[in-house]
Amino acid sequence: MINRVIYAFLSVGILGGALGLALAYAAKIFAVKKDERVGALEEILPGVNCGACGYPGCSGYAEAIVMEDAEMTLCSPGGAAVAAKIGEIMGAEVNVSSEKMVAQIMCRGTRETSKTKFEYDGIQDCNALHSSFGGDKVCPYGCLGLGSCIDVCPVDAIAKTEAGYLEIDRDKCISCGKCIDVCPTGVIKMIPYNARHIVACNSTDKGGVVRKYCSVGCIGCKMCEKKSPEGGFKVENFLAAIDYSAEGSRAEAVEVCPAKCIIDLDVVE
Amino acid sequence: MTYVGIIITFVFINNFILAQFMGLCPFIGVSKNVESAVGMGFAVTFVMSIAALATWAIQNFILVPLNIEFLQTITFILMIAALVQFVEMFIQKSSPSLYKALGIYLPLITTNCAVLGIALIAVRSDYNALESFVAGISAGLGFLLAIVLMSAIREKLDSEWVPEPLKGTPIAFITGGLMALAFMAFDKALLNNLIG
Repeated sequence: MINRVIYAFLSVGILGGALGLALAYAAKIFAVKKDERVGALEEILPGVNCGACGYPGCSGYAEAIVMEDAEMTLCSPGGAAVAAKIGEIMGAEVNVSSEKMVAQIMCRGTRETSKTKFEYDGIQDCNALHSSFGGDKVCPYGCLGLGSCIDVCPVDAIAKTEAGYLEIDRDKCISCGKCIDVCPTGVIKMIPYNARHIVACNSTDKGGVVRKYCSVGCIGCKMCEKKSPEGGFKVENFLAAIDYSAEGSRAEAVEVCPAKCIIDLDVVE
Repeated sequence: MTYVGIIITFVFINNFILAQFMGLCPFIGVSKNVESAVGMGFAVTFVMSIAALATWAIQNFILVPLNIEFLQTITFILMIAALVQFVEMFIQKSSPSLYKALGIYLPLITTNCAVLGIALIAVRSDYNALESFVAGISAGLGFLLAIVLMSAIREKLDSEWVPEPLKGTPIAFITGGLMALAFMAFDKALLNNLIG
């Protein structure tokens, strides 16, 4: 009996050891010279493997830069700092002019504030919900709130608030754009990191229609345009939008908005 | 069984993919174009043939004499894993483009049940060394045949109209099912007619 135990131990041990040695030897013979710059690039890339650059993970992007002359500015989580470092390693000038962008969900409508057409009892996934009659909300433009974006976010920047709507933490957001790709209604948009205000509505229906199904939807009343003329507000298709290049005050518009859908992101509710 | 019998059995009658349903992961995963399918097919054939031979040696020179056959699975997997590692190194050195095309499916040959399958089947059928080796090669060729046929069909499918929900993997599964049906035509009776 004890013999079998020893035999088992020895045979697997010796076999494993022999194969390991053989592989180690083979690895020497078949060694592939790796470009040192690939390793150096892997070091400085953020390592979140978000895929925003379009390559499979950070190491894939590092390889692509060296082997395929990929653009050096594709890493949005790393932003300007990483792009500059990539340029240093590759010995090339990198022009980084673009401002850091973050994703925001342009809807604060919960099941309380927005009317529903039917009760949904299926898979808790926005795309599944959207495939049945465009979602249970009467509003076809808004956030469905099941949080498919929460699942795909590589840095956990999106969370459901107590009130029931979803919110993106702009300090955590790495602008990879995965939430935008997965969202069936297109309610998530990129805005500059420095922007303080958003119009939290995505509905282009007429004011009267919006008012019937949602109490926090933009009705296109143009009050924001009038009260904050310097704030870059522009109502188009019955939906207010902010031109973030305008630098005037927007506080009055936040005050005056009858649907309270212009949100000051710095105000913690 | 004669060598011809073994070859016909493992290539057609007991085709690992289309009759035994083993090793389906690369069959769907790497069958998008013929080139990488051929590469994958030969990599699997190589691993299967050497694995069948090596595991025969392990079985008859180590496990049976020491009366520790219960270690079959673990020692076979050890052998297969080492072989796959070797193949991976070899392909990375000799053909980086093929290495890239095969991607994750190359190291996944390690856990491909077709490889462990041929090792165990060869041992259970009491094949001798050469028979095991031939069985390994034929099983690999059967895999190669199935994956190349599949990839050729999928290349054609790319330019054909396919209903939206069936695009990509779903239509590949349906295709695979129909191919398996066609392979049901090969059975033991055919073998008996062929080699009496």
